[in-house]
Amino acid sequence: MDLTLKIWRQKDAQSEGRFVTYQVTDISPDMSFLEMLDVLNEDLIRKGEDPVAFDHDCREGICGACGLYINGRAHGPLKGTTTCQLHMRHFRDGDTIVVEPWRAGPFPVIKDLVVDRSALDRILRAGGYISVNTGSAPEANSIPVPKEAADEAFDAATCIGCGACVAACKNASAMLFVAAKVSHLSLLPQGQVEKRQRVLRMVAQMDEEGFGNCTNTYACEAECPKEISVSHIARMNREYLAALLTSGK
Amino acid sequence: MNTIRALFTVSVGKKIVMGLTGLFLCLFLLVHLSGNLLLFKHDGGAAFNEYSAFMSTSWVIRIMEFVLLFGFAFHIVEGVVLTIQNRRARPHRYALNDASSNSDWTSRTMFVTGSIVFVFLVVHLNTFFVRHRFLHVQETMYDSVVHAFQRGWNGWYWAFYVVAMVLLAFHLHHGFQSAFQSLGLNHKRYTPLIKKLGLLFAIIVPAGFASMPIYFHFQQFVK
Ligand code: HEM
Ligand code: SF4
Ligand code: FES
Repeated sequence: MDLTLKIWRQKDAQSEGRFVTYQVTDISPDMSFLEMLDVLNEDLIRKGEDPVAFDHDCREGICGACGLYINGRAHGPLKGTTTCQLHMRHFRDGDTIVVEPWRAGPFPVIKDLVVDRSALDRILRAGGYISVNTGSAPEANSIPVPKEAADEAFDAATCIGCGACVAACKNASAMLFVAAKVSHLSLLPQGQVEKRQRVLRMVAQMDEEGFGNCTNTYACEAECPKEISVSHIARMNREYLAALLTSGK
Repeated sequence: MNTIRALFTVSVGKKIVMGLTGLFLCLFLLVHLSGNLLLFKHDGGAAFNEYSAFMSTSWVIRIMEFVLLFGFAFHIVEGVVLTIQNRRARPHRYALNDASSNSDWTSRTMFVTGSIVFVFLVVHLNTFFVRHRFLHVQETMYDSVVHAFQRGWNGWYWAFYVVAMVLLAFHLHHGFQSAFQSLGLNHKRYTPLIKKLGLLFAIIVPAGFASMPIYFHFQQFVK
């Protein structure tokens, strides 16, 4: 396949960025989107030009590094798919593909298509943990967990922290990411101890980072590569209200 | 964190206020509509005028007027604040953004539809509420209604009402179900029902309000 790529190039957070148009030829439909970019970069390096910076790590859909805004969609046109798992057969020969970085105030561009997502890490640090006694592994059957709760907590726990929810949301809101963590821990017995303060702290940190407010457009759920449900956002809203009413301060 | 302050400053708190005031306003629409249906009673407006007199004298209603005023005020102020903050959260926009593939357009235009409903509200209150309550005009409420819908704004007042009600319908189409989500009420079995109910509400209530200007405007040409 031969493709025209319009790629966002930006030297660093301070510089102005712009689109640069590249041609790539002989792309196999079996390549992933990232492999197609590798081909472009090898070409650029051969020509002595600066390769396009983009984030990636596992390339098997589990690390969440590879977020790209492709033709106006987070992680491209497919549902429930990360950019590394998006294959070129979903495009047509001769297509023009527009590639932008995640755009959100709390995600400053580091270079080209790479953004700084450490705001998400700071939210996790504010409350996305449980207190456990260290030592040998506890006896598995000593803390019973209902099957439904385990399943739902697991669904929430599949969040890979990619930030597509923020990228796709018209408000650049991080509610789905934060809700996935709050919901995951509040469904399990181990998460009960910090339940109240967790939701208050994580929401406070989310606001502090400058993410927008959720207006329930549900774009996050539609674009999340792990298809995490907005029902987790509702659970977080419930938890938040309960925490507000009982926090006693 | 202080609970009341959190409701007005924290993202999730603001959504709780939006959801509560939004549902309260939905309830108000229902009450308002059911009273106004008296306009259709063929008694020269007697029942409607009586209802209107009751609404402007009963102390219960007078108290509810204040509750309603605050309901609107909080809804509008928080709506504007949310919209400004949300724009700021994305200082650089996408060159290409295919939002229609991941969300409903009525969910992305709440500020626009709400603002037009606000303009409508000002015009509407000025025509009926202000003239009767503060300017004490000497005509019955029924006559005011009929006059406005038949001849107001060179015969175009009725059309403004109809357009505003269409926009209210869009606002409610997203807003009704959204309020439940904001308040944390999402359930596998009931959420699809709430969405259907929201669609019904968004059609029936604005259509009910719009039927009045349409009826009175075109009634004058029949006979
Ligand atoms: C009778 C009139 C109105 C009714 C019944 C109504 C109802 C609602 C409801 C139920 C919601 C959803 C709340 C939520 O998602 O939690 C909403 C959201 C909204 N309303 Fe209204 N509304 C009315 C008038 C207005 C007016 C006059 C404005 C003026 C600006 C406005 C602006 C907004 C905005 C911006 C939102 C979206 C905020 C968000 O989703 O966070 N509304 N409305
Ligand atoms: S909720 Fe989904 S879209 Fe958001 S960070 Fe987690 S995996 Fe990515
Ligand atoms: S590179 Fe790890 S999810 Fe795509």
